[in-house]
Amino acid sequence: RLSYTPSAYSTDEAPNTFEEISGYNNFYEFGTAKEDPRNNSRAFKPDPWAVQIDGLVERPGSYDLADILGGVALEERIYRLRCVEAWSMVVPWIGFQLSALLDRVGVQPGAKYVAFETVTRPEEMPGQRRAILDWPYREGLRIDEAMHPLTILATGLYGEALPNQNGAPIRLVVPWKYGFKSIKSIVRISLTEGEPPATWKQMQGSEYGFYANVNPEVDHPRWSQASERRVGAGLFAGRVPTQMFNGYADEVAGLYAGMDLAKDY
Amino acid sequence: MRGWTLQRTTDARAPAPGLATRINGAMRRVPVWTVYVLGALPALWLFAQAATNTLGIDPVREIEHRLGELGLQFIVGGLAITPLRRIVGVNLLRFRRAIGLIAFFYVLAHLAAWLVLDMGLLWRQVAADIWKRPYITMGMAGFLMLLPLALTSNNWSIRKLGGLRWRWLHKLAYPAALAGAVHYLWLVKAWPVEPFLYLGVIVALLLVRAWFAGGGMSRG
Repeated sequence: RLSYTPSAYSTDEAPNTFEEISGYNNFYEFGTAKEDPRNNSRAFKPDPWAVQIDGLVERPGSYDLADILGGVALEERIYRLRCVEAWSMVVPWIGFQLSALLDRVGVQPGAKYVAFETVTRPEEMPGQRRAILDWPYREGLRIDEAMHPLTILATGLYGEALPNQNGAPIRLVVPWKYGFKSIKSIVRISLTEGEPPATWKQMQGSEYGFYANVNPEVDHPRWSQASERRVGAGLFAGRVPTQMFNGYADEVAGLYAGMDLAKDY
Repeated sequence: MRGWTLQRTTDARAPAPGLATRINGAMRRVPVWTVYVLGALPALWLFAQAATNTLGIDPVREIEHRLGELGLQFIVGGLAITPLRRIVGVNLLRFRRAIGLIAFFYVLAHLAAWLVLDMGLLWRQVAADIWKRPYITMGMAGFLMLLPLALTSNNWSIRKLGGLRWRWLHKLAYPAALAGAVHYLWLVKAWPVEPFLYLGVIVALLLVRAWFAGGGMSRG
């Protein structure tokens, strides 16, 4: 069991059950069906693990996970999770602010973006044996988004180490963006000057933008984002309205002042 | 269609006439209502699972998807009957109306699951989705094409419309099947296998039909 402290950033909404959170996942490395990640991730080995940190940083290198965790204090962050597919959950993550790690490795002044990469292990990740996405999965954040206190690297769930299907051993969580931005099983973090590639954006740029901020007013070209279904709410629960920035507007709206969010979706 | 409904199956080109004839003989003794009973079983199973909460973590999505997929499966079944008869000589024509109606009821149930369970009867969003979302527009189009077929799947309608017009009307089954398959393909992310399989099988069945209709296999 992990030791952690509660956080003022947690929502007081009731979290989904462990079974729901760990049994209903989009993690195409293990298959495209929602149950595939749980069913196909048993052979995955999240230990030992190291993260390559490079690019525009003062102290680049391969950082062992234990080393990374040695320098941080874990918190519980109960966040809403809104999938681009218009379903949502509430998840009690255990993690630490990404800014703590970035401060430790030293961000050079020229760095404007942070790029992330998921591990490539087709022998342990059966979904990667097909080129359904352009592996490895990549994502990125603008540096101010990455340094925002809501942005965390999660290593646990419900007080225990992260299950494989949820992105073990270390994943990103950016609660005001659609879930696909929160890249899982990270092996590389690079600080860059230009906007880094993002897998879904590269695959279908008209549908998945670099920002991917939750926004009820900007629809996915194929479906509405105005409302969402809370997984686990019951057969006749219907839908709830989707909130701007997934309900985190007070904290993050300022990051996008002056931007046209219909254009920079 | 050159009055093929009146021909005996033994006239059809059949690579294995012995087996086909025996199957046809056996099938002649099967009453049509057994098809309705068999067709209702997946629905009963789904209902039982919903009632016992064993449909997994998102039962709404599971119900909606399974009903839609069952609709597609029975549509494929209905489309396969003529090619089966023409190519293999197995005649299941008697069961086609039942199969078609079962397909329609699964599509109707799929639509109802979307409206009630998924959309929670948010009518304005429903209307906007039908209008603006191509995959939903396509699904609705498929449903609307099936509707007159279901309403005229009875002997009275055949008499009232006359065989020729009735058969023309029921060619709507082909675009409806394509609409259903495209509807499925259009809603998924990335490119999983299943929607391609349905579209591929439906296109193949329609091509076989077109080939026969064009006199691709001349008959003795």
